[in-house]
Amino acid sequence: MSTLAANKPAYDGQTLDLTGKSGLRAFKDTLATVLIVLAFVVALIPLLWILWTVVSKGYHLLLSADWWNQSQRGVTVRREGGGAYHAIMGTLIMSLITAVIAVPIAVLGAVYLVEYGKGTKAARVVSFMIDILTGVPSIVAALFIYAVWITMFGFNRVGFAVSLSLVLLMLPVVLRSTEEMLKLVPDELREASYALGVPKWKTILKVVVPTAFGGIITGVMLGLARVMGETAPLLILVGYSKNINLNPFDGFMGALPTMINQDRTELALQPAADRVWAAALTLILLVLSLNLLARLIARFSTIKSK
Amino acid sequence: MAKRIEVSGLNVYYGDFKAVEDVSMTIEPRSVTAFIGPSGCGKSTYLRTLNRMHEVIPGARVEGKVVLDDQDLYAPGIDPVAVRRVVGMVFQRPNPFPTMSIFDNVASGLKLNGVKDKKKLTEVVEQSLKGANLWNEVKDRLDKPGAGLSGGQQQRLCIARAIAVEPEVILMDEPCSALDPISTLAIEDLIEKLKDKFTVVIVTHNMQQAARVSDQTAFFNLAATGKPGRLIEMGPTKQIFSNPGEKATEDYITGRFG
Repeated sequence: MSTLAANKPAYDGQTLDLTGKSGLRAFKDTLATVLIVLAFVVALIPLLWILWTVVSKGYHLLLSADWWNQSQRGVTVRREGGGAYHAIMGTLIMSLITAVIAVPIAVLGAVYLVEYGKGTKAARVVSFMIDILTGVPSIVAALFIYAVWITMFGFNRVGFAVSLSLVLLMLPVVLRSTEEMLKLVPDELREASYALGVPKWKTILKVVVPTAFGGIITGVMLGLARVMGETAPLLILVGYSKNINLNPFDGFMGALPTMINQDRTELALQPAADRVWAAALTLILLVLSLNLLARLIARFSTIKSK
Repeated sequence: MAKRIEVSGLNVYYGDFKAVEDVSMTIEPRSVTAFIGPSGCGKSTYLRTLNRMHEVIPGARVEGKVVLDDQDLYAPGIDPVAVRRVVGMVFQRPNPFPTMSIFDNVASGLKLNGVKDKKKLTEVVEQSLKGANLWNEVKDRLDKPGAGLSGGQQQRLCIARAIAVEPEVILMDEPCSALDPISTLAIEDLIEKLKDKFTVVIVTHNMQQAARVSDQTAFFNLAATGKPGRLIEMGPTKQIFSNPGEKATEDYITGRFG
């Protein structure tokens, strides 16, 4: 008699018991469920806490129209009033310039890595460099631009210099996410296009990139969200200005992170504290609305299903 | 339309690995030629050399001649993109472009090659969909996504897309292997109809299908795993299935293989 047959439970003459889990298995199941839910809740606590603190302390200044169309010009630490228009515009302008420079380089770089350079030495070098760039701290990027823009070329500290350093931070984020999205496009679609006699560049432009478009936009928004909150480049490459300055090539410029930093030391004073929380909330809202916008763009760019 | 293909001394490689060895055959115009053989014998690989799709895989290359209408497709100076406009292809899994509507999918070959004339496009789309026996099922929802159709409809959409660019030859790589019997029947009816205008080459694992749709059948086999695939014999389908010249062919089609 083989051991296998010997170990087999004898069902002869018995009815099969298919009800319920055994005690140990039910226990393990419950334990795992509890742990997973717990981990989720623990991860959620800081997020909700931050949101609650920022919203509850910052919301009332956002309700006034002044906040959205006034600057902090002439407003001292102890005084109430003024708005964040200068900082919102500064953040938007600098981020926009960053995106305009970084996104084309990142997307074209990703297209090179996935569609043309696959497996070549050049692609490996580029990929390695991008990995290094991902790890560069924002203050190092800022100091590098300082060394080039101000020490070497002798230009002034202006908003554009901030954008240049932010490009270094945004580029790897967008490139990596675009690369992943392009990799997800099945080769069958590329082959279907080739089989119609469509050249490779047109296949990439009209078939591959549109298929990955939603994901690429998401990556761009992630990159933007990252650079909008960066503070070190602002501190090093452009001074904080309470006045409205919409020219990125001349003079100091306000931005939301530096506006928060400005009154940071005066949190004991109520007007200053209010401004700090309100600026923080504005920054969060800005990132959030850009995310929503990105989702809308991604949704309407693909054709509606059903 | 429809052209004769003459292949001589064709070797196909993936890097250093020789996948197909020394194939010579003539594929007649306005007929259906079926390639049969066990998995891994190189029939799909060989099919892809007929429109230079093989070389999109890194390291893949080809030796020998594929002559279409007195022109060697592998002669220097021949543009693979131009070849693929003349020799279209339908793949194993239906692959409509997910970002495009049914209309745009069919029109994609023309649109991506620069045809903008709306009237011409509408005409071609209707003709192609009718040619692919799909018009009646989709004529009311041309603006809906192609990916929303059933698998069989998607495959006919892909065939419509392939015939919209008016190729001379249509290559089909196991076009029914992902489809149910009813959709398969629809595709087989379509193949029967396509051969009035096109030269059709089809790879299939389904022997009955080869017997039903093809005029000529080519049997591929490989000596052992790791060895290159070879063309064992080719002839009129009736003869191959009733009175094959080689023992291996007979074993394969009667299911006594291996």
